[in-house]
Amino acid sequence: MKWILLAIVVTATALSDLLQSHEMKRAGEQSVGAHGLARLLKTIAMRRELILSIVCLAISFFAFMALVQATPLSFAVPASAASFILETVLAKLVLKEDVGVRRAAGAVLVLGGVILLAR
Amino acid sequence: MTDRPGLRFRTYSLLLLFIFLRPLGNLSLAWGTKHFPQVLSLNPAVYLRAMMDPFVALGIVMLILALLTRMALLSLADLSFVLPVTAVGYVLAALFGKVFLRETVTAQQWLGTILIFLGTGLVGTTAQNTTPLADEPE
Repeated sequence: MKWILLAIVVTATALSDLLQSHEMKRAGEQSVGAHGLARLLKTIAMRRELILSIVCLAISFFAFMALVQATPLSFAVPASAASFILETVLAKLVLKEDVGVRRAAGAVLVLGGVILLAR
Repeated sequence: MTDRPGLRFRTYSLLLLFIFLRPLGNLSLAWGTKHFPQVLSLNPAVYLRAMMDPFVALGIVMLILALLTRMALLSLADLSFVLPVTAVGYVLAALFGKVFLRETVTAQQWLGTILIFLGTGLVGTTAQNTTPLADEPE
């Protein structure tokens, strides 16, 4: 059961992040001060893709809640981070980001760290 | 667009806020759910009852703030930059798990921590943004 929950967390998180990254770049610079938060919430409400990203995140979140109850936090949190390698690849292919050698090497190091941390 | 005045400072301020908010939210959530008497299932009513727990509620508030902070961050920086750099938060999660939830952190996990720091540092030396940003906020 924990692996099914983990698969849901990873897939839903990746989809949510791709949508968010794409839309937030288009929305312009945002901040989290009092006015910034109000503007950010308005931006979210007006963009269908951002609402969909939050739906994906909610699915990921509820699966994650069940995961942290069933497994130690030191497994659940790093294991769910497996999504970021998938997302780094998709960021290059879908979002057309320049994932150079240093960024790719850094991501691999972090992945190694996450695997060790998850055991 | 990475040469906008103060952009790097604003990006790193948001990064720092997010890196602390998420593990603290997760910790509060884990504390609350572990002390919740019922097993979380697909039944929404059980989730709603769990959300009434103060630690679960506090965790949710912190995670919502973390989400909004990260969305603001993604308006300034690439996803492939934000993901590895914010992985430092996983190290904090392991530390919090050890300190507050009495979870065991092994030598192997400490090695993992070092790799995450090295990877994060390496990604931190790259340009935070490589795609066009919107010129003017809407």
